[in-house]
Amino acid sequence: MNAPVPSAGSPEREALPVETVDLRREFAEVGIGEVLDQLERELIGLKPVKTRIREIASLLLIERIRQRMNLMSGVPTLHMSFTGNPGTGKTTVALRIASILHKLGFVRRGQVVSVTRDELVGQYIGHTAPKTKEILKKAMGGVLFIDEAYYLHRPDNERDYGQEAIEILLQVMESQREDLVVILAGYGDRMDRFFASNPGFRSRIAHHIDFPDYSDDELQAIAERMLHDMNYKFSSGAREAFVRYIALRKTQPLFSNARSIRNALDRMRLRQANRLVADLDRVLTADDIMSLEASDVLASRVFGKADPA
Amino acid sequence: MRVTQGCFSFLPDLTDQQISAQVQYCLGKGWAVNIEFTDDPHPRNTFWEMWGLPMFDLRDAAGVMMELTECRKVYGDRYIRMSAFDSSHGWESVRLSFIVNRPAEEPGFRLERHEAEGRKIRYTTKSYAADRPEGVRYGDK
Repeated sequence: MNAPVPSAGSPEREALPVETVDLRREFAEVGIGEVLDQLERELIGLKPVKTRIREIASLLLIERIRQRMNLMSGVPTLHMSFTGNPGTGKTTVALRIASILHKLGFVRRGQVVSVTRDELVGQYIGHTAPKTKEILKKAMGGVLFIDEAYYLHRPDNERDYGQEAIEILLQVMESQREDLVVILAGYGDRMDRFFASNPGFRSRIAHHIDFPDYSDDELQAIAERMLHDMNYKFSSGAREAFVRYIALRKTQPLFSNARSIRNALDRMRLRQANRLVADLDRVLTADDIMSLEASDVLASRVFGKADPA
Repeated sequence: MRVTQGCFSFLPDLTDQQISAQVQYCLGKGWAVNIEFTDDPHPRNTFWEMWGLPMFDLRDAAGVMMELTECRKVYGDRYIRMSAFDSSHGWESVRLSFIVNRPAEEPGFRLERHEAEGRKIRYTTKSYAADRPEGVRYGDK
C-alpha cells in the first residue's frame, strides 16, 4: 500500500494481462503450422478429421493467448474419441494430436502410450487397479491412446474387471485433466454402444471425431505413397490392375481400408520377389527390383474370387 | 528431533511442487523413482517398505506424485522417502533419496550405555518411537 508508485506500478503491469497479441507471431512461435501442414501432406483424404484438428488447434492457440490475457477459465477438457472403421488412420492421427498438444503446451511431455484392454484390465481380483494405474502413470504428461476402448466394458459379464478400469480412468480423466489427455478409439457403432452404457465417458470427452472411409482414389493414392516410402513403384499395367483390385477388395468382407492396402502391397512384394527369383539367369536392374508388374497384382485371390461370381 | 537422512534433509521440508521438480529431474536422467515408507527412524534401518513397485518408464512426475498422494493417505503418519534408482550399466544403484513425509512428532533417540567387561562402554542408539509396536509408533493409527 505504502510502496512508492513506480514499484507498485510495475508488478501491476506484470499482473495486468497483455492487451494485444500478434497472432501470426504467436502461431509461428508455437510451430503447430508445421505439424498441421505435415498432417495435410502426409495423410491422404480424411477431410473432416483435418478440419476438426485445425479447429481444435486454433481453439487451443486462442486458449493459450487467453491464458496470457488472464481470461482463462480452468484447463480445457481435451479428451477425445476417434471413431471410424479399421484402417482409417486413427492411431496415426493420435500421434499427431499428441505433438500438436505438446507444441501448444497442453501436455508437458508429448509421449503417446497406446494400450488396449489387455494392458488395463487384470486377470484376478485386485490385479486391475495397479495395472491401470501403472499405465496411467506412464502416460502422465502425454496422451493415453486406448484402442478398441469398447472392450473395456463387457455387458454380458457384470463381474468383469473392465468396469474397475473404467472407474479409475474416469476418475483420473476428471481430476488430472492438466496431466493427461485420453483418446478413446474404436469402430463407430460399438463405440456408440460403449458410450451409451458408460455415460460418464461421453460427458468427459470434449471432442468426438469421426473418421470416414477412404474413397477408391484415396486408397490408390495411399498405395502409391506407401510404395514410394518402401522404394517400390507400380508399372503402368500394375497401376491399372490395382485400381481394379481396390474396387473388388472393397466389396469383400473384412475390408479395413489402408491396412488392407498395406497387406495387399506386402503380398505383392512377396510375389514380385518370387517372380524375380524364379529366373536366376537374368541380370536385374534397379528398376526391375523396384517395380511391381501387373502379374504381381493380378495373382491376388481377390481376382480369382471375383471371376466366377 | 528431526531425522536427517538422505538429500535435502537439512532444508525445510520440501513442498509438493519442489518434490515434483526433484522427481522430474530424476525421470529426466532416466532413473526409476520408488516410494518407500517406514516407522523405524533408526539410521541403520536402510531397507524401508516399498509402496508398490519401482516406477520404471515414467515420463512425467505427475504419475509419481499421484502415488505419493495415495501413500500419504495410508501412511501419512510415517516417514516416506523417494529413491531414484539408476539402472544404467556401472551404476545399478540408488542415485538419490530424500524424505518427503515425516511424522508430526519425532521423539528422537536415546543413547544407551552398556557396561561391558572391564570399564569398557558400548553405546547403542535407540529411537523412542521404536519402543512401541510396529504400526502404532506415531499417532493412533
